[in-house]
Amino acid sequence: MQSGERSTNVIKQLLSRHETYVALAIVIFSIVITAINPAYLTLRNFLGLFQTYAFWGVLAVGVLVVLISGGIDISFTAIATVAEYVMATIMLRFGGDIFTSLLIAASIGIVLGLINAVFIHYFKIPTIITTIATLNVYYGVLIAITHGSILHSFPSWFNNFGNMLVFTIPGSHGGSPYGMSVLTAIWIAIIVIVWFILQHTRLGRAVYAIGGNAEAARRVGFNIVSIQMFVYGFMGLIGGIAGFMHGLMIGAAEPNSIYGHELDVIAMVVLGGANLAGGKGTITGTILGVVLIAIMGNGLTIMRVSSYWHNLIIGVIIVVSVSFSAYRGRRAVVRRSVSKERTEAVG
Amino acid sequence: MPSKLLVLENISKRYGGVQALDSVDLDINAGEIHCLAGENGSGKSTMVKIISGVVAPDPGSRIFVDGERQHSYRAIDAVHRGIEVIFQDLSLFPNLTVAENIAMSSTVAGGSPIVAWKEVREIAKRTLDRIRVDLEPNAPVETLSLAEQQLVAIARALATDARFLIMDEPTAALTRNEVDDLFSVVEELKTKGLTVLFISHKLDEVLQISDRVTVLRDGRKVGTYDVKEVSADRLTALMTGRTLVAKQKSEEQTYGPAVLEVDNLSREHEFHEVTLTVHGGEIVGLTGLRGSGRSRLALSLFGLNPPTAGSVKMNGKEVRLRSVQDALRAGIGYVPENRMVEGLVANQSVRRNIVITIIRRLLNRIGLLDARKTDEITTTLVRKLDVRLPSVDAAIQTLSGGNQQKVVLAKWIATEPSLLILNGPTVGIDVAAKNSIYELAQSLADNGMGILFISEEVAEVAHNCDRVLVMHKGRVVDELVPPDISEAKIKASINAIR
Amino acid sequence: MKRQSSELVTLGVMLALVFLLMWILSPQRFATLTNLQSMGSQLAVIGLLSLGMMATMITGGIDLSIIAVADLAGIVTAFVLTAHHPASGFMVFIAIVAGLAVAVVVGSLNGLLIAVVGVSPILATLGTMILIQGFNIVITGGGLISGFPSAILFIGNGNLWIFPMAFVIFLGFAALLHLLMRYTVFGFNVYMMGSNPTASRFSGVDNTRVLITTYALSSLYAGLAGMIMISQYNSAQAGYGSNFLLLTILAAVLGGTSATGGFGTVPGLFFALLILQSLSSGLTIIGFSGFITISIWGIVILAVFVLNFILSKIGDRRRKRTDPPPYLGGGELRNDETSA
Repeated sequence: MQSGERSTNVIKQLLSRHETYVALAIVIFSIVITAINPAYLTLRNFLGLFQTYAFWGVLAVGVLVVLISGGIDISFTAIATVAEYVMATIMLRFGGDIFTSLLIAASIGIVLGLINAVFIHYFKIPTIITTIATLNVYYGVLIAITHGSILHSFPSWFNNFGNMLVFTIPGSHGGSPYGMSVLTAIWIAIIVIVWFILQHTRLGRAVYAIGGNAEAARRVGFNIVSIQMFVYGFMGLIGGIAGFMHGLMIGAAEPNSIYGHELDVIAMVVLGGANLAGGKGTITGTILGVVLIAIMGNGLTIMRVSSYWHNLIIGVIIVVSVSFSAYRGRRAVVRRSVSKERTEAVG
Repeated sequence: MPSKLLVLENISKRYGGVQALDSVDLDINAGEIHCLAGENGSGKSTMVKIISGVVAPDPGSRIFVDGERQHSYRAIDAVHRGIEVIFQDLSLFPNLTVAENIAMSSTVAGGSPIVAWKEVREIAKRTLDRIRVDLEPNAPVETLSLAEQQLVAIARALATDARFLIMDEPTAALTRNEVDDLFSVVEELKTKGLTVLFISHKLDEVLQISDRVTVLRDGRKVGTYDVKEVSADRLTALMTGRTLVAKQKSEEQTYGPAVLEVDNLSREHEFHEVTLTVHGGEIVGLTGLRGSGRSRLALSLFGLNPPTAGSVKMNGKEVRLRSVQDALRAGIGYVPENRMVEGLVANQSVRRNIVITIIRRLLNRIGLLDARKTDEITTTLVRKLDVRLPSVDAAIQTLSGGNQQKVVLAKWIATEPSLLILNGPTVGIDVAAKNSIYELAQSLADNGMGILFISEEVAEVAHNCDRVLVMHKGRVVDELVPPDISEAKIKASINAIR
Repeated sequence: MKRQSSELVTLGVMLALVFLLMWILSPQRFATLTNLQSMGSQLAVIGLLSLGMMATMITGGIDLSIIAVADLAGIVTAFVLTAHHPASGFMVFIAIVAGLAVAVVVGSLNGLLIAVVGVSPILATLGTMILIQGFNIVITGGGLISGFPSAILFIGNGNLWIFPMAFVIFLGFAALLHLLMRYTVFGFNVYMMGSNPTASRFSGVDNTRVLITTYALSSLYAGLAGMIMISQYNSAQAGYGSNFLLLTILAAVLGGTSATGGFGTVPGLFFALLILQSLSSGLTIIGFSGFITISIWGIVILAVFVLNFILSKIGDRRRKRTDPPPYLGGGELRNDETSA
């Protein structure tokens, strides 16, 4: 194979991947935004953006795993909120340290996630119905107990941890120092872990297998029970960790910060290339999806577009990009089937 | 004396009121290619499940592997002994790569929780080399053609050191060339000591590749034959219990005026300059190998595949067939190849499936659906076609294959078409039901309907059709008229072109 | 048919039980005319939204944009209503028509995206939901529109004899949808297409037209819900009813609509709505917070499915599965006697 051929092959492969188009969209927006306001393309801006979106990014990664397995989970916002409240309550009443708090939040999350798994696997209830129901149950019970009160005034060791920076860069022109937030670091850690699981462990490949052909996965001998337990339990764990991160980020537990944004997270994951039918989706794509949504909001703010316009513009972008993606997908199917016919009929 | 890899004695299986298998004996020699032949309902599916350990036979049955009696024989036992089944749906993971699919068993059973990608690539390469197949290991399986996917399925079985491969109707959806490729792979495997059991009813292919063939009919074994000693005709007779004779038609048969006139119809890359005519009362056969363009042409005549050149006239008037609605208006009906996906809405009732094509006619004076009219037409058709069902409200999926196909026919007969296109009308239907479908087609023709009978089963074409057209690579290459309509002559025509 | 009538009976029994329970728990206050009227009034908005959601689910899709469309219709109507003082009866009529027309346009857009462009229903309606939400914020500037003529207030708050007007409207349009789904060619096509779009296409059904009509219908019903909403709140704003979305899905599924398409009836949905509303009302009267109510709703749905599951397992065991398993191109891994 000539080197020329090989490079066209690489390009062809790239063009066939959904992630490429998302990356392209990010680049195009970035160019437009920077042209209008150069303050966008600064490390300070990006680090700040990641700090805000790390929380959503972590949730998106959990949702990705669920989508790959062929299911869906809407209850993660409630799981995160419940985990945060429990953690905060214990923290405010009994003190503790960072690890204990994280442990509490994570454990609550896992338990709530496993409850989902039981309904989905053992009682064969469709995933969307189970998780809508548990969303209502978890959130409803929480608010009924707490009466919607906000928990705040977290211990200083907790808030200090939340404000920590992994590394610091001194501000230029007398600006304040900035750096990568610990939240971003947590997100990165989770990205790496999940990437490894999905790409390099049997468990991860099993999740893809189930999403691709559940019946074949059964026949080949995969332990469907344990995989389902993992998928939804892991989503719960992620929810718990997100709740922990939310506390660090805001310094308070509120009833409506997280709840209500289910579709936003799902949009991020789906824009990144995950398929609702299952079997498809990558970490890279999800990160790109989160980044795209993040920069759309950030970019619009930096371009001094009134926040009233944000939803509308983002909505238009989503509609246009999913239409483009669907249309491209359709053409590909037609092209493929036609070329198969071709082999027999002599043109 | 070749050693017996597998011996099955006195295999019986009863499901409720149905005796699926009755005292069947079967033995497979190590290293042979054996075919299990039989029509739908012959019990071959059940046999496959028993051989692969998925289903247990009734007491009194005995299974021996390598001469050893098996007292408990489950799927996992079969796999441990190197017995693997490739089902018709291939059980592949479309979203994963070729390499990953091939090495899947090692992924599932492997000791370490970490995937050793290097090993996956090696297994894939090694196995593909073994069957001398060149496939891109990193391609997602869903981008492959059906034939290529089949090869991946075979590779996967081999990767687990299978020594006995059972393939269920592997050639069902393959073109002639693809079948040849598949068979050369199988021959290659045979030289390496692999034993293969084919389940098939495509006799020409069976005879081409097998050493021995066992025929099942109505759950019983008719016999096991050395392939050299038996002909396709004889096998058909054994499988069906009767012989399909070529249609007896005198040359002076008169038909009505032309209902369908196709003139130089073409669609790029699919079919070219097709000219044909079907008269009222005539059954015109269209046959040829898979990939000859028959189905694409049929879809074009039904509005789903608009042609790029040429013309179509229905009842003398030129028509543009750009949608199914156009075809319906022109008086064309179409019984599709894939009954469950294209022909019927499986989880809805028989009643609804029958009236779907004529629903607009079943309105009362204020434009709402008239239950009485619906009932009337449904009961009439069900009775006329002798559809066996518990009630017209039963879901389609509860009916047998033959009765399901009758429902498909019923819904098209309801539209009173001038032309009825039948595409593979007896696929997956047992022998008795096949005959009632043939009789139905004839009576429709006798009442003036024109019928385009598309099928790759030459015997059935010869039995039913007044004229036969042979297609090859998108063109009509031959036309046979009485008295030249016979299975042998049609086959000769097809083979002559190859 | 059989499946649907037995489902209806189950729902009817459930409704009777819930109603009875609520009555027993609050004998003085639950079964009063005032309370029933209040229930009927509240049910109207959710009911109209659920009807639209159900229609799209029967086609095998979903409509996430219904709340945003309801808000939009309400806002448009509000604009027209407050543009002229004093507003004549005719203006009220124009205002309503304008709101509904805008809703239908959005619905048709959804239908086009799904049927012609080929976007999956979740993505398409997610996109339009965000778009319309944004649009609502922009045209209202984030604020409230109020000052309606009294004619409009009658829709959401008045009574027709003893029946709340809102409920009457809901009932009327529910009956209309039932008629459409059960007794027209359109409804027939929706069920068939929702079960198997390939077969319906091969049988002469114009899938594209059916889909576009269904989504337009769904948005029309959302628009109607919007009318009642702004009447009941006496104002229009972006973001009303945003927590109703999942509830409509819940109601549809409880009422027998399948998430995969092909099944679902108006009577079933009606009973489901009554059940959910009775629970909500009854619990509120007792003094439970609204959040207890939504938890109970979640529990009820799970309980219904778990019950269904258990019942079907019992049914399987009784029949002992003596029919040969359908050969779907693959075998069952487990031994036949125990396969499900």
